[in-house]
Order: sequence, then C-alpha cells, then structure tokens
Amino acid sequence: MSVTIPPHVRPKHPPDLELVGVTKRFGAFTANEAVSLKVKAGTFHALIGENGAGKSTLVKCIMGYHLADEGDILVGGHSREIRNPQDAYEYGIGMVYQHFTLVPAMTVAENLVLSRPDLPAIINWRNEFDRLYAFMRTAPFQIDLDTPASQLAAGEKQKVEILKQLYLDSKFLILDEPTSVLTPAEADEVLGLLRAKVVAGELSVLLITHKFSQVLNFCDDVTVLRRGRQTGSGRVKDLTADQMAAMMMGGQREPKIVPKAATAPGPVSLALRGLCADRDNGVPALVGVDLEVRAGEVVGIAGISGNGQRELVEVIAGQREATGGEIRVQGEVYTSTRAEACRHQVFLLPEEPLRNACVPHMGVAENLALRTFDQPPLARAGFFVSQARIRAKGRELIARYGIKTRSPDTPIGDLSGGNVQRAVLARELGSGTARVLVAANPCFGLDFAAVETIHGQITEARNRGVGVLLVSEDLDELLALADRIVVIAHGRFVYETTPATADITTIGHHMAGH
Amino acid sequence: MSTPALPPTSRRWRPALEAVALPVGAVLVALLLFGVFCAVQGANPLSVFKAIQRASFGSWYSFQNTLIRAAPLILTALCTALPARLGLIVIGNEGALVVGGLAATAAGLAAASAPPVVALTIMVLAGMAGGGAWIGLVGLLHYQRGVNETISGLLLNYVAIAVLSHLVNGPMRDPASLNKPSSYSFAETHQLGGIASSNVHYGLVFGVVFAVFAWVLMEHTTFGFKARMIGGNIRAARMAGLPVARLGITTCLLGGAAAGLAGMVEVAAIHGRANESLAAGYGYAGILVAFVARFRGLPIILVAVLLGGILASGGILQRQFKLPDATILVFQGIVFLCILFSDSLYGRFACFKEKTA
Repeated sequence: MSVTIPPHVRPKHPPDLELVGVTKRFGAFTANEAVSLKVKAGTFHALIGENGAGKSTLVKCIMGYHLADEGDILVGGHSREIRNPQDAYEYGIGMVYQHFTLVPAMTVAENLVLSRPDLPAIINWRNEFDRLYAFMRTAPFQIDLDTPASQLAAGEKQKVEILKQLYLDSKFLILDEPTSVLTPAEADEVLGLLRAKVVAGELSVLLITHKFSQVLNFCDDVTVLRRGRQTGSGRVKDLTADQMAAMMMGGQREPKIVPKAATAPGPVSLALRGLCADRDNGVPALVGVDLEVRAGEVVGIAGISGNGQRELVEVIAGQREATGGEIRVQGEVYTSTRAEACRHQVFLLPEEPLRNACVPHMGVAENLALRTFDQPPLARAGFFVSQARIRAKGRELIARYGIKTRSPDTPIGDLSGGNVQRAVLARELGSGTARVLVAANPCFGLDFAAVETIHGQITEARNRGVGVLLVSEDLDELLALADRIVVIAHGRFVYETTPATADITTIGHHMAGH
Repeated sequence: MSTPALPPTSRRWRPALEAVALPVGAVLVALLLFGVFCAVQGANPLSVFKAIQRASFGSWYSFQNTLIRAAPLILTALCTALPARLGLIVIGNEGALVVGGLAATAAGLAAASAPPVVALTIMVLAGMAGGGAWIGLVGLLHYQRGVNETISGLLLNYVAIAVLSHLVNGPMRDPASLNKPSSYSFAETHQLGGIASSNVHYGLVFGVVFAVFAWVLMEHTTFGFKARMIGGNIRAARMAGLPVARLGITTCLLGGAAAGLAGMVEVAAIHGRANESLAAGYGYAGILVAFVARFRGLPIILVAVLLGGILASGGILQRQFKLPDATILVFQGIVFLCILFSDSLYGRFACFKEKTA
C-alpha cells in the first residue's frame, strides 16, 4: 500500500475506481485471481459472468466485506485500504444487495434516516425529516415516506434500497443483480433513471447482471469474469451479445436443447381446486387458485417473487398447510404424505435445494436415498436400513449424474450449489418413474452447463408423459420449456397464454398486477 | 454425463477422529480448570485427581459403586439423547425419572402379593409408562401447540418433584417413616437384586440393553433414518412426506420411558421405597452424559460409567480434602461447559478435514 495518502474527505463527485490484480482466496479455493477493472468517473459499468464466477466476491472486496489477499484498490487515483463497509462509505462507495436490508417494522423515512452511519445518539427528527423531504424533491423516483417497509412490494423495496444509497450521498453505486425482483418495465425505468444521473456526472454505477439487454441498453463499459478471472472487457458499443457470451463461456458453444415432442396432453395429473394458503405472518398468500396440469404438459407459473409462488410450492411439497381448497393427483385427493407421494410418484425440484430438499450434514448417498430408504432393496424386513446398499445405490447415481463429491459419505452441505441440485435431480428423476413433477426456480444460481442439464431433464420428463408444474421467475426459462404459461399476481392466477402467442409486455403488465 | 473420478474406497477416518479428539480435549481442559479450582480451595490438584481415580476405579468395590451410579445415568441420558436426534433439546429428565419412580412404586405396592418376577415386570412397565407419558406430554405440547420443549420439560421437572413431595408427605406416606417421609417399602424379595452376587444391581443391564436398543434404532432402522432427517432439516423431512409430529412424539415417549425406567431402578434397587431422595440429580447429570456422548447410544454407556465414577468420589473429596460437597457439581459444570464449547469447534481444525482427492 502506498505511503503518502492525502487526507481524505467524502467526495462530492464520482471518484475513479480501479482494481489492480485483485486476488481473493478462501482456503484452497481462489474466488478471484488477479482481476483488474477500471470504472472511470461518471460511467455505467457492467460486471457480467456466470453464477459462481466471482462477481459478488469481487464487489465485496471493494465494499470491505472481504480483504483482498493481493492487489490494490485505487479510489480517485490513490491506493486505499478498505477494511469494512464504513471505510467504503467514507470514499463515497455504496452497494445495493440482492437481499433487502430494510427494517420491516419501520417506515421508509425511518429506514432512510437510520441508515446514516454518522447518526447522532439523540435524533432530532424534525431536522432529519426536513433533510429527507429536501432530498426526495430531487430523487429520481418517489416512494411514500410514511409507509412501513413491511407493506412495500418487492419492487418498491428495491427502489428504497437504491434511494437509501442516494440519500447517503454515495457517488459510486454498486448494484448486485438489482432487477431480479422487478418487472421488465420497472427494471428499465430504474436503470434508465440511474443512467440519467450518470450522464449528468453525478454518479458512477457498477452493475452486476446476467442480462445482456441491460448491458447493451444502459452500460458504457463491461468487464467479464469467468471462474474468478477477468476474461474480457471493453466498451459496450464495440461488442455484441454473442461476443460477450463467448467471453463468459470461454469460447463458442453448441447449445444442446432437448426438443419438445409434439404429443397431445394426456389426462389431468395434477389439479388445484380453490387452493388457499397463508404466509408465515398469517396474511393470505394464495387466494383460491384453480389449475390443471395434464400428463405430458409443462405448465409454467410466471410472476415476480413474493406473489404466492413459494407458498404454492410449499403446500404441494407438504411444507405448509393449505387453509382451503384441495389438491388432486390423478383424480385422488392429495395431502402430501409419504404414501401418497410414493403411490402417485410425485417428485419435486424445489428452490434452494439445500434448504428445502436435502439434509446438509447427512451424506450424499443418504440424501440420494431420502425417497427410497424405507422400501426394498434399501430397507430389509421393512425396518432395518442397509447402509451398504444406500452407498451402492448412491455411487451409481453419483456416476450417472456426474455429481462431483469426494465420497458418497461426504455431507451434501459440503458440495457446490450445482452439484447439490444435480443430486436432487438424480434422486427425483433418476428412477424414471415420476408421473408428476413440481419444479420451482430449478436453475437459480447455476451455471449454463447445469441449467442445460436440468432443462433437458425437465423436457425429457414431459416427453415421457410426466405432468410438470414449473414455477419460475425467469421468463425466458418459461418461454423455452412451458406449453402453457399462467401469470400469478397477489396470490391469484390472473392471465394465461402459450409461449407461441406470448407477448412479453402483456405478461409484464399482468405480473405487476395491472 | 461425464464419469466422475471417485476414490475407490472412501475413508472418512479424519472426521471420525475429530468426534473423539474434541470431547477428550474438552475433558482435559475441564480437568485443568478444575485443578485451578482445587488449588484455590487449598487442595493439591494432583492428589485430588488421584483420589477421584481411586474412589471410582481404584478397586473392584469402588468400581461397583461407580457402576451402580452409571445405571440411572445411562437411562436418563437417553431421555435427552433420543429426542436430540430429531433436533429437540429435552431436559425434563429429572421429572420423568421422578414420575417413573412414583409410578413404579405405586405399581409395586399394588402388586405386593404377586410373585417377585411378575411384580418387578409390572414395576418396569409402570415406570416406563410414567416417564414416557411425562416426556410424551412435552412432545405433544411442542408439536400440537408450539410450546418450546426445553422450557416445558424444565418446568415439568419442578411439577414432578412437587408431586413427589406431596404424595410421600400425604396419600402415599408410611406413618412409620418419621424422619424422612416415605412411601411404604417393598418386601426384600420384591427389590431389584445384584447381578451374580455383586453389589451391582440389574438396573445396569436395563441401561445397557436400552442404550444398545437406542443405538440400533437410531443408526440402523428406517425409524432412525427418519428421525435424523427431521433433526437435520425439517423442511426436507416434510418434503419427503414424513409424519414429523408422530415421529417426534414417539421419540419423546421412548426417551421418557428410559428416564422413567431409571426412576424404577432407583426405587426398586436403591431406596426400596419412594421418597424425596429420588430427585438426586441423576436427571440433570444425564443431560451432561447425553451431550458428551453426542447423543449416540453406545458412547453414552462409556460416558455414564466415567461420570458415575466422578459422582462416586464426591464423598472422598469432602472427607479427605475438606472440599465443599458441591465440589463435584462444580466439576460437572466445568466439564459440561467445556464440552458445549468444544461443539463449536467442529470443522475448525484443518488436520481433521477430509483430504481432497
């Protein structure tokens, strides 16, 4: 680190920010290796890469959450040591995280005021509110200051998070995939307004994203990461989406898409009749939804997260009690018991598989046996479990699905996210006997190769005659896989279309509940 | 799909070694701290350790004393260990022991005219039923009404001890028991005798059998697999369609039955009747045994024998070193805290990690 650092005051203009050869290791794992990146003052910079490429780790080094093992961070041309987010704040750097950091019970105004690191011990609320109203007059978008954060929709919360950074007078804004909870129209609006502030020279933005359209429409420069290394950078106007994809993937690739067989859907395999469910806090999440999924058909549920999708999947999975209505599978009432799931061969690919579908400290082989450990041949005399047979069966599935694990006994919690999802896929679809499959954001956080595998398996299952309910926040995924798309908003199914006739704008309107 | 390179045989001896090394290390640290405590009290720590060793394992006579104490410890430890595999922290052991002892006493007195084997069998069943119902209630409150199982179990301990006190001072009291209010005594023939002319009573056999049963149940049966799934991730267990509440309450019943059996052993082999000596702290010490043994059936036997030895040496410490009689409790407490602390160290030492292939 340099010796002569000029005394520092919080910047009034966006600073230049440069990373030089930043390396970050976690034990034996290298998350970032010699990454260099330069964001010129007053530019909109995109940081793109597959999931697990090291984007979040890199920006956490800028924010002081991690200390880089090697390399320098230069702010305004001087090497700076950023040891914690407070340091980052002093340099005018602020970040909007993927998860929300608002206090639910407090109003928007209280949340904004309390975010100030230099808040005095005794708060003069009148002064604070005066300041806040003055700020809101110049803010790019408006939110009612007196609304409790808990009553805001996900998109509004995201806007408050961005407002918070502007209120803190951050001149360098880092956005970590900020648009995943916004509708396409909202995302364009927010990025457009930030873009205007950048063009006016009031702000620099570093945007982490995986949507090329956002890079092409809003960004000046782009840096690409792949497996922790910087594999490309340049001015956006000199690049095409294909070139950027090649940088992310390491060379051109042939997508292997399993074609959808042209079969007529069979009888109804999964039916929801007036299904109702509550959130954890007792507020209704699903208000009487009806749906039929036929054999050999993929029905996609589109919607912004937090509109009842999670509760819907949890009810079908038996993780949440329905407060009304019923589920029928192959015509019979279904209450998610083990016997019913086995009789009707209902399988699940839930989101966050480690949290929803695995026992983290149990071995990979034991986790692969969660569905079958109490049936022959894994169970003897209906009561004794054969560890040897569980291990043998586990080895077979591990090999067939290419699950990377040190041994069949390694706790599944030690595996990477992609391999956990592969293991769940192997367990749920490996037997090939599924008749109903419910998948929720099955590809969230996975790289292209894993996504391709999972999409292929879902389409193959559909072609075999499985009835598939696919809940996803990724519209592209639904357009590629689904036979019908149903839009959920505020706990109701509000719109239905097919991929062939789908109009993104119309779907977006319905997702937003208009 | 690619073929992964798996090692031909998987050896996970390093994590297994960790599971032994950490508790042993914790006990060594506890000995060190206890040594400091003794030194502060004016006793030479080394001679205190030597005296504990002599009083617990020094001779066949003292080892028998140790085993007599180990028997109820094994059983009460199971009361914490079994539900712990489902993620429940149950500490109602003392209450379950007391209720089991009371139920066994009532049954034994009612069956006083039956042949000894029949009477003792009835007492065993009554003790297990009493303790099982007590902890079963804890499970029921937890799964049906969401009551925290640790708190309800703890409070039910006080209820049980109060009920014991009420019964032996009132309805069950033998008018002849003047100094220490007690129930009527069992006939000599209806008490639980020694194994093959030793002082060690059959309670030890009950304990070992129950511990082996618990070990087989949890490690080798579908029931145990389900229990471990629930303990490991209740959401995954629900997704797999397991009847979480039924399995949980059943396990609480089993754990309570073990502690209730400990109560039966105490009244039938040690006291010969029910009185307030029944609440002698074996229930609380059992919690310690369960944690040290990491809730596994077979290690519980070993740990209970070790702790039984420490308990057996309490008198010596008082007489020989003029240490206060709570000294043994201080030692227990230090061991417990060290063991709980060592739990937080799993995965912190690189030498116990599996080597990446």
